[in-house]
Amino acid sequence: MEETDRNAPTDQVPEGGVVTEDPAEHSVWPLWEVFVRSSRGLSHVHAGSLHAPDAAMALRNARDLYTRRNEGTSLWVVPAADITASDPDSKGGYFESPKGKSYRHATYYKQSEGVPHL
Amino acid sequence: MNSAAGFTSQDSATRISVGDALTPEDVSASSAVAAEDTARYALMLGDDCLILAQRLGNWISRAPELEEDIALGNIALDLLGHARFFLTYAGSAWGKSEDDLAYFRDEEDFRSCRLVEQDNGDFGKTIARQLIFSFYTHELYSRLVDSADATLAAIADKALKEVDYHQDHAAQWLLRLGGGTAESSRRVQAGLDAAWPYVEELFADVEPTERLAEQGVAVLPSALREPVLDRLHAIITEAGLNPPEAKGAFGADRSGRFSEHRGFILAEMQVLARQHPGASW
Repeated sequence: MEETDRNAPTDQVPEGGVVTEDPAEHSVWPLWEVFVRSSRGLSHVHAGSLHAPDAAMALRNARDLYTRRNEGTSLWVVPAADITASDPDSKGGYFESPKGKSYRHATYYKQSEGVPHL
Repeated sequence: MNSAAGFTSQDSATRISVGDALTPEDVSASSAVAAEDTARYALMLGDDCLILAQRLGNWISRAPELEEDIALGNIALDLLGHARFFLTYAGSAWGKSEDDLAYFRDEEDFRSCRLVEQDNGDFGKTIARQLIFSFYTHELYSRLVDSADATLAAIADKALKEVDYHQDHAAQWLLRLGGGTAESSRRVQAGLDAAWPYVEELFADVEPTERLAEQGVAVLPSALREPVLDRLHAIITEAGLNPPEAKGAFGADRSGRFSEHRGFILAEMQVLARQHPGASW
């Protein structure tokens, strides 16, 4: 039997592995991002994503997929297409700047003598 | 807490509590022993849940989408849980375990209704069956919580919250399939039409429900007919579909004598337990 080289380039997958076709053309349900709040007082935390035909069903699918082990007291679903994300290739411009700027952290400053309630 | 359940109250991976809820082990450990009639009633309610859980389990890996696969699987597991409660309690009358009753009773000893025995068909047919059964059990359990029998009331209270979701799931899908494409509407209508002859059996006052209802233990099945059908008609109409008018199929007595599918369902469900009695893992 002929060995298959999984790394070999194929005609089906465009270079870089990015599928450029619109998923809607394949009648795939749209993607939703799910946020779960585990208990009162905490904030909603991104838990993952899922497919659903609309918001109401997305909420129900989120309940089934992400809270079946008692993880949640509240759920948000957001259309993934509505999320504007920072560009992974622009990490430098976005996130390098704060590095090394220790004076932006409270611990940088020495407590002044004689100042109460600090 | 729940040590008999075989798992700890803390999930070590997520550090999330499993939470407090009535478990079949609680029912088994309690000193409550069902009276003969009550046990027969609990058996009837439990068999419906058990058979439908078995049917729905067949959707695993076959649902239209991964998300729906898990939704149907969750509902099946909820129903299996309800069956465990009812069978455990029924068994207390006869010194039998839930497994004795689920795996070592024969076809004619089951008391399931034919609605839950119907095959899954396509997704539309399964949703139609889910709609009818979840609306029926919701009306049933919301009355059974006031039962004079404290154990039945506690089981109904636990099951009601889960059935609340089951009927929402079915109703949401009915609305979408009904208002979707011509094909989705045709299929879910066909599902309703196929299930309808078996609706009347849910409301048949079979033995010993009448006696038990007089004692305030059971909910008289015929008393559920109007509220369940009213709500079904409303949601079916809202979905742009036609409430079927088929008469009830002959032999609505849960006896299994007129059941086309029960034997085959049990053959598959019971084969492992019967080939390897007492096996565990």
